Amino acid sequence: MKALMTTWLVAMLVTFASLAQADLTIEITRGSERATPIAVVPFESPEGERLPQDVAQIVSDDLERSGYFDPLAREEMFATPSSGEAVKFGDWRALDSRYLVVGQTRREAGRVEIRYELMDVHGESRMLGEVITASESQLRGAAHRISDKIFEAITGIRGAFSTRIAYVTASGVADDMRFGLYVADADGRNSQQVLTSDEPIMSPAWSPDGKKLAYVSFETGRPAIYIQEIASGRRVRATSFEGLNSAPSWSPDGRRLAMSLSKDGQPEIYVMDIATRNLTRITHSSSIETEPSWHPSGDSLLYTSDRSGGPQLYRHPLGGEPERLTFTGGYNARGRYAPDGDAVFLIHGGERGYQVARLDLESDRLITLSESHQDESPSVAPNGTMVIFATQQGGSGVLGAVTADGRASFRLPAAQGEVREPAWSPFLD
Amino acid sequence: MQLKPYARTLAVALSLAFVAGCANTGGTQDGSLDGTAGGRGETGTAGTGTAGTGQVSGTGLGDGAGQMAGSRIPEARTIYFAYDSDTIRPEFEPVLTAHARFLRSNPSADVILHGHTDERGTREYNLALGERRANAVERFLDLQGVSPSQVEVVSYGEERPAARGLNEDAYAQNRRVVFAY
Repeated sequence: MKALMTTWLVAMLVTFASLAQADLTIEITRGSERATPIAVVPFESPEGERLPQDVAQIVSDDLERSGYFDPLAREEMFATPSSGEAVKFGDWRALDSRYLVVGQTRREAGRVEIRYELMDVHGESRMLGEVITASESQLRGAAHRISDKIFEAITGIRGAFSTRIAYVTASGVADDMRFGLYVADADGRNSQQVLTSDEPIMSPAWSPDGKKLAYVSFETGRPAIYIQEIASGRRVRATSFEGLNSAPSWSPDGRRLAMSLSKDGQPEIYVMDIATRNLTRITHSSSIETEPSWHPSGDSLLYTSDRSGGPQLYRHPLGGEPERLTFTGGYNARGRYAPDGDAVFLIHGGERGYQVARLDLESDRLITLSESHQDESPSVAPNGTMVIFATQQGGSGVLGAVTADGRASFRLPAAQGEVREPAWSPFLD
Repeated sequence: MQLKPYARTLAVALSLAFVAGCANTGGTQDGSLDGTAGGRGETGTAGTGTAGTGQVSGTGLGDGAGQMAGSRIPEARTIYFAYDSDTIRPEFEPVLTAHARFLRSNPSADVILHGHTDERGTREYNLALGERRANAVERFLDLQGVSPSQVEVVSYGEERPAARGLNEDAYAQNRRVVFAY
């Protein structure tokens, strides 16, 4: 048993460069009225040179999706400068653009050179200028890195456009279902299949280095927790105890996995040392304890417990006593800390169903952020600006995202089937 | 969708009438699976609870209760639960009793109890609730003298719905424990 658990197994179900794409598309559902106007001018390329990706459009879409920016539509641009020197600031003031992005692309020895500049229209100055090169197949990634730089230069917040999301897909009903685990870019594109199964796949969780996923798979007919390297597909079964093996969550140092196991009766919270497989039991109660996640400091766990009757969130310092965090309403579950630890994002149930909410720990105020009736699985971007979650659209499961202040939101529907349980990766570089 | 007080009263009254109707027909129908949910559940739906959920199980209780011989696996293999409850409803006790009888007479038979919930609420908490339901069935079988070695519990939570749809009909079909032999 021990040997089996410590041996890396090759996941035979994994396929790379899978053509079974499960890309998601973006639909902006609500823009923020406080979004800053910006113009991203189409990047100029030499006559007759067409690139497979429209880099400026990807940058513009990224910035819009963040909720912080309101990009100017291309048809409203009456000038298309491609360098800072060529910019007439008066043109852009007239269009109320606060910032301006201009650039050029050209092929150079089999690669693409991208030269871009960020201009402050009010200050009539250049804020950022950079030349980067990428292969044609990496153009989307290059565009996301440009978005990261622009976002940080203006807001002071590190951009998270180059991050990825993991999610679960499902189709069918009852005994005839297909499940998939995918990772994709944060904009839903460039999806890669990690696992498919006829049995449920649940609870994907990123390792802090962004290289592995822990998840629950029922492929043996019983739930077990697996840890899989995304790049190689190699994986190991971390737990397969009797009863529930669920809700894995990595400690910030990447060495431990919190989880919910019912091997001793009721579902309880445990912490496993990944290297030694040693288990430490954290909770002792006759109720349900599940959905653990770590405080960014690694000093305490947040989890759902129904010891008070209904599900509520508790903070449990390692080696200390649990403290109840939520008191508003009868259903508060599956909490996740904001990266700075100041707030918790959770599912709040009430008369209108289940929504994503933010609990500010300083003020104890609970604010509802999403609008559907059956929202689940909130996951916070590593820069804390957005929360991605599972929601419903036209009777089917789709991913939604909302800014941490609730002002702007968008959806990421899949072409077919249900999408659920998004998990936002950490920063990947 | 919260019921207004008068609507609650109406729903409860209708469901009581419905239950009474079942009793008059001898209690053999698998009816009124969730007749009172509209008046009780936090998110119970108005009206539909009483009329719509009577046909959830295609197998009447008569089938389950009728398998007295203990030589064949009882045909009724699914029992249903009220919202947010792991209480075994009296109308399903004959189904469980039939399975207990079968398992006692066939000590080499094994069963996996698959616990399920409806889609409302969070997935991992629902996984735990599904286990609670299956455990309730396991305890019932245990009290009926079934050997614990014959029974295993696997919860699927909300992951394998029997019916799709965001309505009480679908929810009622999904809150279930299935005997998988």
